[in-house]
Amino acid sequence: MFRSRVSTYATILGAVLLATACRSHSENAAAGGAPSAVASSAPVAGKEQYFPLQSYRVGPYAAGGSGFFGGFIDYMQLVNLRDGGVNGVKLTWSECETEYVVERGVECYERLKGGLNGAPVAAMNPLSVGIAYATIDRQTADKIPLITINHGRTDSTDGRVFPYVFPLSLNPYSEISAIVNYIGEREGGLNHLSGKKIAVLYHGSPYGKETQPIAELLASKYGFAVTHIEVPHPGTEQESQWLQIKRLAPNWIILRGWGIMNPVAIKTAAKVGFPVDHIIGNIWSNSEEDVIPAGPAAVGYIAITTHPSGRDFPVLSEVDKYVLSAGKGNMADPKRVGTGYYNLGINNGILNVEAVRVAQTKFGHVPLTGEQVRWGFEHINIDDNRLKELGAVGLLQPIKVSCADHEGGGAVRFVQWDGAQFKRISDWVKADRALLRPIIEESSTKYAREKGITIRDCDGEAKL
Amino acid sequence: MSSETAVWTSPSEGESAGAHTRAPVRKSVPLAVVRGAAFVVVAALLVSLPLLVTDYVLSAILVPVLALALAGIGQNLITGYAGQLSVGSAAFMSVGAFATYDASLHVRGLPLLVSFAFGGLVAGLVGLFFGLPSLRIRGFYLVVSTLAAQFFVVWLFTKVGWFSDYSASGVITAPKLAVAGFDLSSPGGHYWLSLLVVAPLTVLGRNLVRGRLGRSWMAVRDMEIAAAVVGVRTGRAKLLAFGIGSFYCGVAGALWAFAYLGTVEPHGLDLDRSFQVLFIVILGGLGSIAGPFVGAAFVILFPVALDQLGSALVGGSVDPGLLQNVEKIIFGALVILLLIKQPAGMARLLHIAWIRISRWRPRQA
Repeated sequence: MFRSRVSTYATILGAVLLATACRSHSENAAAGGAPSAVASSAPVAGKEQYFPLQSYRVGPYAAGGSGFFGGFIDYMQLVNLRDGGVNGVKLTWSECETEYVVERGVECYERLKGGLNGAPVAAMNPLSVGIAYATIDRQTADKIPLITINHGRTDSTDGRVFPYVFPLSLNPYSEISAIVNYIGEREGGLNHLSGKKIAVLYHGSPYGKETQPIAELLASKYGFAVTHIEVPHPGTEQESQWLQIKRLAPNWIILRGWGIMNPVAIKTAAKVGFPVDHIIGNIWSNSEEDVIPAGPAAVGYIAITTHPSGRDFPVLSEVDKYVLSAGKGNMADPKRVGTGYYNLGINNGILNVEAVRVAQTKFGHVPLTGEQVRWGFEHINIDDNRLKELGAVGLLQPIKVSCADHEGGGAVRFVQWDGAQFKRISDWVKADRALLRPIIEESSTKYAREKGITIRDCDGEAKL
Repeated sequence: MSSETAVWTSPSEGESAGAHTRAPVRKSVPLAVVRGAAFVVVAALLVSLPLLVTDYVLSAILVPVLALALAGIGQNLITGYAGQLSVGSAAFMSVGAFATYDASLHVRGLPLLVSFAFGGLVAGLVGLFFGLPSLRIRGFYLVVSTLAAQFFVVWLFTKVGWFSDYSASGVITAPKLAVAGFDLSSPGGHYWLSLLVVAPLTVLGRNLVRGRLGRSWMAVRDMEIAAAVVGVRTGRAKLLAFGIGSFYCGVAGALWAFAYLGTVEPHGLDLDRSFQVLFIVILGGLGSIAGPFVGAAFVILFPVALDQLGSALVGGSVDPGLLQNVEKIIFGALVILLLIKQPAGMARLLHIAWIRISRWRPRQA
């Protein structure tokens, strides 16, 4: 008898919960499809621009998600508190947890895409390759820009085929090209690369493999030998790989790691006696979380970054003054302000807000649609002067986006771990983007053919 | 089931629910008429859903529920009916998705549904292969074999570029969805496509488990030696369970990749997904065709509902990270509670609740 009663109660409880889900959604639909999620600043009807955040604060990648979205939110908060929004249009946002899981990200996209209390969506920033891949078609159909800063599909750099996707600042191809250019610099010029040996230690995943053809291309161009060595996920055991490296005795190692693989690689390198200052970590091997677990073995480790750690940039002082001191900071742990992921969030905030600002010069100082904000992204032109105004010299590279070029940057800075922090050891090192462009176009035109996409005429659009 | 509760079991239910008694059917309208009418109403409702609900419900809830439910049926044929433990369903889904993709890529003009069937067939063969050890080993040892399938498939699709048409990142992208000239690229279209695939396969599965093959599966599950003694060809039954179950998983994988996400990467269908499908079956009801639907709806809807409820109740005043963790704890606790109180799964729970409602009469004064 007891069991049947429980079953009835459980059914009722389930029904209530499901009804809540459906009801709250239909309410949202009535209110312009907005979610009943965490809203920020007080709503001012008709004068807000909405940023839906597919954030992840739990799960294995929570460190990255909380840092990135914390920085992004703090920057938008700064724009609201210091400037009263973008030309009077306040920024608003709400979060939806994805746990870095693709289908949760898709669900969040569908939930948030309608706007918030009438404020239209500016752009989506999932910070997840998987989610980005899954929403490319949806966002293109819904006309909402998809920002994949430092990650995403390399060929989406070609805005003629991917009108709504922006792998801003750095794509994987540029990354490896910039690293090779830096190695050339260290060896005394690119012509000194001939006869050198470079090993790429990569994560056994599509992400890890992605740059192989480019490394081969650069090897044949400059005459160095490249060896690709795979570390199966998750990479907690790398003895055999490093013994292979010891036999090979390469001059440099490029580490395309992810998560736990990075500190293990650094530790094992020390064990086999490979000099850690000749290992160069890529964009996902450059955080404090990657080196601290390796302890003293990591001192001297080099990594690339598009967003150096540190709080000594004017924009971070402003965040401190207007947001953190006012007790409105987003980070649960204020000590993490200024770390790698947080500063990437700041950069992402700068680029998104700049796109809104640029779009407003054409469409007026009102909340804009995703399509209008896309125009803004395609006309971002942050030069050295603008960087100075933004207080982000050295934190963000000069970026000029266009209809055909959705990356806009393609340069990285090199940093070296000194045991306590990453010291900047180079200025912006540029990738050989002219060399990469034909490969990107080859891939994007193939995609366009498969999907039946008409390639945009960028020159024609510019004349309009 | 406590004996004091006289449970009514309609002939269509409870094949596997252990002891049950056929209760007398109440006289009034003939059962067949009621059933026929109910069938028509439900079918009409299912088909016309895109006109009734929002795009959000269609593309973020219904399509993944249908795809995972289909995978759940496949898993249930293997585990719930034939009694073979498997944690390879995501691998078979992955094979189905990639095979569908390669078929539609290399054979120009291949109808979508044909490429889905092809994906299912390839997945079925792969499942058959990895089911071979079931002839010799069983239980937890068999899990190791299907685990191998899981790791092998992910490795293969990452390693060999041909499967993903040499896409640099190994991610495949869905071709344009159309059936018989109808464009199905809208959220409603995705739903109709899923329904078009899932509904016939569900009916087929239901008939399969009630037929000779289904009986032999259950005989193998309940006692293999006894089954062999009465003349069931146990090896054949087990292999067929793996083959047919994997076919279902393969088609589900194709749906997941093409109708739902529009893309799939090898790691998107990893061991976690296999466990999710297994949980769907356990939660929904082992040895039941309705179970996977209930289980899939629960696994997908419940976290979303909890999330929306959480942010509606305390949103803004609590750290979002903390809120998320609390929601996970609540979800886990509810799952444990459910399994303690109703080990036979939610389909059973709903069934009992339905019977209690349908038997309810105002108390006589």
